[in-house]
Amino acid sequence: MIADTPLDDSGLSGRELPGTAGKAGGLHPEIDLRARPSWRTKKNALITAVMAAAVALVAIPLVAVLWSVIEKGAAIAFRAFPDFFTSAIPMISTEAGPGMGPAIVGTLLATAGATCIAVPIGVLGAVYLHEYGGIGTFAKLVRFMATVMTGVPSIVMGLFVYLIWTMNFGYSAFGGALALACLMLPVVIGSTEQMLRLVPAPLREAAYALGATRSRTIVTIVLPAALPGIISGVLLAIARAAGETAPLLFTIGAATAYNPDLFHEANTSLSLQIFGNATSAFPAAQDRAWGAALALVLITFIVTLIARVFTSRLALKR
Amino acid sequence: MQLSELHGHKQYADRAFRGLALGAAGLVLLVLGLIAVKMTQRAWPAFGLGFFTSTQWSAPDGLFGALPFLWGTLYTAAIALVLAVPVSLGVALFITQVAPPWLKKPMVYLLDLLAVVPSVVFGLWGVLVLSQHFGLGRSFLTAGVILAIMIIPIIASLAREVIETTPVADKEAALALGATRWEMIRASVLPHSKGGIVGAVMLGLGRAMGETIAAALVIGSALGQITLNAFAPGNSMPAVIANEWGEAREPHRAALIALAVTLFVITIAVNLIATTIVQHSMKRSHGT
Repeated sequence: MIADTPLDDSGLSGRELPGTAGKAGGLHPEIDLRARPSWRTKKNALITAVMAAAVALVAIPLVAVLWSVIEKGAAIAFRAFPDFFTSAIPMISTEAGPGMGPAIVGTLLATAGATCIAVPIGVLGAVYLHEYGGIGTFAKLVRFMATVMTGVPSIVMGLFVYLIWTMNFGYSAFGGALALACLMLPVVIGSTEQMLRLVPAPLREAAYALGATRSRTIVTIVLPAALPGIISGVLLAIARAAGETAPLLFTIGAATAYNPDLFHEANTSLSLQIFGNATSAFPAAQDRAWGAALALVLITFIVTLIARVFTSRLALKR
Repeated sequence: MQLSELHGHKQYADRAFRGLALGAAGLVLLVLGLIAVKMTQRAWPAFGLGFFTSTQWSAPDGLFGALPFLWGTLYTAAIALVLAVPVSLGVALFITQVAPPWLKKPMVYLLDLLAVVPSVVFGLWGVLVLSQHFGLGRSFLTAGVILAIMIIPIIASLAREVIETTPVADKEAALALGATRWEMIRASVLPHSKGGIVGAVMLGLGRAMGETIAAALVIGSALGQITLNAFAPGNSMPAVIANEWGEAREPHRAALIALAVTLFVITIAVNLIATTIVQHSMKRSHGT
């Protein structure tokens, strides 16, 4: 039995290469503890290689996509810099030349609107779940349904907002904001509740001991303590929402000119411009799609990066 | 509660705040309920005979058979899962069991970055690069590949979280018996995290079925294709909605909303099951 299963230290010290750990020999230098190559160690090495290959396989599409976006996007965006980011979209899509300004404004408008709707509601909802509801039936149900709601396809949210809002009030950036808010709400609730869980109980007890009411404790003690984490979660939700297309498809309409009005008239967005131009047969339109993709990726990555900064600040606090 | 009795006049503000928070939490249920009711109401006329059995979809003739799109949704999601699950598990195991600490963080960043790339950008890349330069064309397979890329970060990061809850004692026990790393993974890690991994995969499945824009761009928009040929162009439910909504008029729009209701019901069901599995396995792992 012992002879069949040679001592193998490759698993024991996962960070060292197999065969290097036993070299010193310890008390009995004459006894070689190194793993003898057997089918077991070979299988282990093979599967480790397969796992490493999986990581490479994930990196390939990310690098390929980013490379295409940067290469083709920068070609148009910086050939006409800064016109590409500021001037209006050509009325005729076959026409060459810059213009994604209105789409950038539309994306920012709809995302900001969604943030203003979803964040207060989401944070308050999370406060209820963690500070009041606890393990009660209602809180459990809401928590469960919020998790389920994160899985509702974004196109369903878009059609829903079309039915309750756009059909009655017409296309506007606000319709898009409503649809994006529906997507963000469960995400904000989930991440905020997780952060509230990290706030130590003695902090609350100290506030109660000083005579603070529950609401005052939450507003002045609990929420500020959890703030960096909440902001980080909110920013990640914003980054996701800014890249969404399907919810805007039915709610925001189509436009080629600037429309800084949140509530009136049709608007456009970067994602819609990419979607519309991607299947165009005309190189000019395809170029604009790549340029818009570059702008959109930049926006989402920058927001994600800021979220990371807040997360690392949180780590310092803990 | 006794605390607030000490300050009678502050009670109202306290209650109001509680009510506000309660309302915000209840909004989740309200929105989900409204989605179900409003959309079913509007789509009701389209759920006639043959919506789920007919393969004929032709708006001018008033024929709305959704079967090919149902097939396309399930088939592309299946392709995506077949491609994404082994890769995601490999990544999750590599990050948790193999990677040295200094490598862990960049790898988690890599997954996060992949998750944050907008789906329309993947679609753009799929339609202008992947389908043109790799000979895939616009097909079920291209859609499956793009969907796989999009669900890998979801499955991998959830699987990673579950795997990391494996008790160290379990792992050390296997290693002390002389197991290699892989044997330890099979004996300790996988049995422990089986439930959570299944849940993660199902969440990925739900996401793959609901993904609209990337699929709409690369699937090829062919009508009436029920085929196992992965290189054939096809269509999926969300892609049909996105591509046809602009020109659709009345009975057609009801049919498209009916597609959305079908999609909603399927993804809700998948997510209900997945969430239950994940929560159950998390609870068990925290309990021990």
